[in-house]
Amino acid sequence: MAMTMHLDVVSAEESIFSGTVQELIAPGTMGDLGILPGHSQLISTIKAGELKYKTDDGESLLFVAGGVMEVQPSIVTVLADTVVRAEDLDEKAAEDAKKRAEDALQGKDPQDLDYEAIQAELDAAKAQIEMIHRIGRTLR
Amino acid sequence: MAGLKEIRSQIGSIQNTKKITKAMEMVAASKMRRARERMDASRPYAEKMRQVVSHMALGQLEYQHTFVKERETVKRVGYIIISSDRGLCGGLNTNLFKKAFQDIAAWKEKDVEVDIAVFGSKALSVFRRFGVVAESTGLGDKPSTNDLLGTTKVMLDAYEEGRIDRLFLVENEFVNSMTQTPRVTQMIPIVAADMDEIKYQWDYLYEPESKEVIDSLMTRYIESLVYQGVVENIACEMSARMIAMKSASDNAGDMIDKLKLVYNKARQASITQEISEIVSGAAAVE
Repeated sequence: MAMTMHLDVVSAEESIFSGTVQELIAPGTMGDLGILPGHSQLISTIKAGELKYKTDDGESLLFVAGGVMEVQPSIVTVLADTVVRAEDLDEKAAEDAKKRAEDALQGKDPQDLDYEAIQAELDAAKAQIEMIHRIGRTLR
Repeated sequence: MAGLKEIRSQIGSIQNTKKITKAMEMVAASKMRRARERMDASRPYAEKMRQVVSHMALGQLEYQHTFVKERETVKRVGYIIISSDRGLCGGLNTNLFKKAFQDIAAWKEKDVEVDIAVFGSKALSVFRRFGVVAESTGLGDKPSTNDLLGTTKVMLDAYEEGRIDRLFLVENEFVNSMTQTPRVTQMIPIVAADMDEIKYQWDYLYEPESKEVIDSLMTRYIESLVYQGVVENIACEMSARMIAMKSASDNAGDMIDKLKLVYNKARQASITQEISEIVSGAAAVE
């Protein structure tokens, strides 16, 4: 029998995935993390990017942006600030968000900008667009 | 006996009141449904967060966050009290405040000072004289996490700077649409859920630094607790209002029935009197 672990992906608004997986690849802030069952305890913050997990039914993709991931040998919990299912990604909305963030970064008085927040938004939008393009190439 | 006209106008005004309470009942019912959906949607996050934090309490972590360490002496405690902005919701707020008062009185007996932060204007008006250090009101039916950050941060900073040694959350727990119970929980220091697991030596791997990760996790944890409390309180408020308005409508209905009886009796009495006057008048002519 293949080794498995329990994965929970939740955002503040809803629970996106809860079930048994064989493998997980998550976008850690220090680089992508591949997690297999029996991994030693780990806590990592996560950045905007794609989260890939493998179940008996095959691989699935989620887009996550910001949050924390906790790994226990048999349980993995992803507490994300934002989660979007790969099918629900909207390229136009992401482009708009990117444009908005870029506009916000330019022009205005840099002192009353929440630079970090906007930069995070911009990164999230960029990562989303990148992911849409990659999926588009592999799936279609 | 009151005049017929007076009784009629009394019935009319009660009927108008009943229409209003009925409308409010219906509005509260539909708002409650949405509030419950929001509450249920954010619950998994809060639960998972609690699970992760209680895992952390089990391990031997290299970096102990200030929210985990129990302080030996308690000189001052903080309370975050979540109430509704509007009234007309039965005993919801009153029960909550009673519970908070009991708790606060217990601390005062031990010569411990109390700082209070409130959500909702009802709590603000009641606790103002106790020295409210932070408040946010007028959150509406759909509060966002950002609306709650300011007030929460005031209390967290107070804890970190050592001005308060414990922080409690006072909120209503949504049991079902008929029952809401006030509840006081200790937020910081974090109480580890009692688990029978054997504690063995382990620590997390951290990416990036342990301090950074745990700090961001702790802040998120507290935020999610407060957010969950506020969302839950809205669901409580709506269902309490629905029940209160329903019983108000029922009472108005009862009152109208009683008044109608009085009205009919009075009408009958006046008819009888009129007949007897006519009959006796006719008898006098003969």
